[in-house]
Amino acid sequence: MRASAIELFSLSSLLSLQNTGGRERGIGILFDGNNFERLMGGLFVTIRISLLSAALSLPLGILFGMLMTRRNPLTKALSRIYLDFIRIMPQLVLLFLVYFGTARAFALSLSGELSAVIVFVLWGTAELGDLVRGALVSIPRIQYESAAALGLTPLQTAFFIIIPQTVRRLIPLAINLVTRMVKTSSLVVLIGVVEVLKTGQQIIDANRFRYPTAALPIYGVIFLLYFLVCWPISLFAGCLEKRWRD
Amino acid sequence: MDFSFIRRFAPMYFDAARLTLGIAALGILFSVLIGALCSVTEYYKLPILRRIASAYVELSRNTPLLVQLFFLYFGLPKLGIRMSSALCGVVGLSFLGGAYMTESFRAGLEAVEGVQREAALSLGLTPLQSMGYVIFPQALALSVPSLVANVIFLIKETSVFSAIALADLMYVAKDLIGLYYQTEEALFMLVLSYLVLLLPISILGTLLERRLRYAGFGD
Amino acid sequence: MTEDVLLSIRNLHKSYESGNAILRGIDLDVKRGEVLVLLGPSGCGKSTLLRCINGLERIDGGSIRLDGELISGNPRELPKIRQKLGMVFQSYELFPHMTVLENITLAPIRVQRKGRAEAEREARELLLRVNLSEKEKAYPRMLSGGQKQRVAIVRALAMHPEMMLFDEVTAALDPEMVREVLDVMMELSERGMTMLIVTHELAFARAVADRILFMDQGNIAESGEPEAFFTAPKTERARDFLGNFLFSSKKKGRE
Repeated sequence: MRASAIELFSLSSLLSLQNTGGRERGIGILFDGNNFERLMGGLFVTIRISLLSAALSLPLGILFGMLMTRRNPLTKALSRIYLDFIRIMPQLVLLFLVYFGTARAFALSLSGELSAVIVFVLWGTAELGDLVRGALVSIPRIQYESAAALGLTPLQTAFFIIIPQTVRRLIPLAINLVTRMVKTSSLVVLIGVVEVLKTGQQIIDANRFRYPTAALPIYGVIFLLYFLVCWPISLFAGCLEKRWRD
Repeated sequence: MDFSFIRRFAPMYFDAARLTLGIAALGILFSVLIGALCSVTEYYKLPILRRIASAYVELSRNTPLLVQLFFLYFGLPKLGIRMSSALCGVVGLSFLGGAYMTESFRAGLEAVEGVQREAALSLGLTPLQSMGYVIFPQALALSVPSLVANVIFLIKETSVFSAIALADLMYVAKDLIGLYYQTEEALFMLVLSYLVLLLPISILGTLLERRLRYAGFGD
Repeated sequence: MTEDVLLSIRNLHKSYESGNAILRGIDLDVKRGEVLVLLGPSGCGKSTLLRCINGLERIDGGSIRLDGELISGNPRELPKIRQKLGMVFQSYELFPHMTVLENITLAPIRVQRKGRAEAEREARELLLRVNLSEKEKAYPRMLSGGQKQRVAIVRALAMHPEMMLFDEVTAALDPEMVREVLDVMMELSERGMTMLIVTHELAFARAVADRILFMDQGNIAESGEPEAFFTAPKTERARDFLGNFLFSSKKKGRE
């Protein structure tokens, strides 16, 4: 459905080339037809992937972080290997592993978008888990002991004593993780997801003759769009961090 | 797993890893230079340069490398600025890395006590000499852990170079999958290559960090 | 000896950005070879005065001259003028990434362009004088506080300064290490070094000073010979200040 619309679109631009025979300045392409809307639609795919992944990573990361503070040597070793592997591999390699690898290993063909969400959740869980672990171990032992001395159960200790102390430190870091996810989600174009870069490419290709210099404004605008999405989030995280430092 | 396939195509991975490392090395070198310059600019609060430096850092840190590369490789030629894909890789990586290195150096500089600068000045050193001999060496040592983290991050980021037609590791892996459908072998080699590249740096970083934290200068 | 004025301060004013005046019109002449001790309650401006002399603080009015050369408002010449002024800080401020010898020779080599061999020879002579010869290869973190402060003094002396400024140099030291640092300063004064010392060690001040300056609320409230100052202070404020250091035994009276 979508592909045919694109073909139609490129056809119409070809026709218009024949009709007018003119070449236009690149920047005009943004306001031609529904090009800008299409770019925003592409950006939305990117954001949808990152927000979904972030939302899923949050509970999983907290669980993983708590798991990592356990003293069981097997849990420790396994979680360490998982964390280090995810950290050392480029996200694009992980995307390839899931996207191409699962198809082969489990005879299971995942869509690019689903592969992306799986990878980002695996990655987000690891990163957030490590942040949670760091926050948890930074709380002095005596806090747990004094809670126990008051007769609080471990669950009560977690809810009333530990979590409120860690949350303030964690939230800015977790928000930063979201901007990292948005930025990293640009990679999904390389496993065939039609997002903002791909849409840009399509627009450029379709208007190759009418707007020969379209690549400059299109990629410039995409650059700007990413900045406009990520920058406010970074600023917000920075603000929270500053306010909660003491 | 088909080991004859692996043996046959291992040299391709080797070449690709060399290319990746070469571009990464150049990019990291420039990143460090840019980072040192920008952080010193911000440390001394130089009136206009400081604004430019912080705008650059924000712009670079809040956009993905892939988009930066697309702009450099596909966009800029329309302005008549044509760069080879290797050069684009170096420029893009330096643009991104410079911002991350700036942040690391800045944290290091902030951690050096201000009165150290005064002590250097009171010996008659010029501000530039104080920075060069006294403050920056200390800041550098303090930022080693985050510099190593940046190096690893930047080498990982090179994995998107295949998108601008550089024959890096991802490019080779994708090529082999497309040509021979030997997906498992191609991916196995890919993972192995990155492990070989990055694991030693990561371990080195952990060791350095431990040494700096527990010993400091003088061992 | 002629009455040769080395440092001359006229009507020096300095305020913090908040508007609080910290120095309110200081006039001071220091003669060559003279040892001055600045006393006064904390916040009276002693340390600020020292920092102004070394050009570490911007001043708001008046003038500071060393050897007739203007220090204040002369940023281009500051590195040159500072070579004539040795400053020692309360917190030592040795450079932690350099050995003791490197700390001492840095400025002679980089600022005065001396040869390394000559700079190191001089550094070793000075280290011998403060009994730290065996520490030349040590890093600052391996030294005790007293040793660090002696190295800091040597580092300043290596530039052959015409005058030394000491800013509460024993305040951060454990009590048993104070003496070794004060002995070095005493020896310096006997060799005729011009010195301006901020300290809370009253006994030392009395012994080392040619002249005591008592500062209060940004002014020099009293200036005179140490014996006269300690036995018969002229101002009420100085009497109160000295009184703070005395304790009267309370048990006797109760029993």
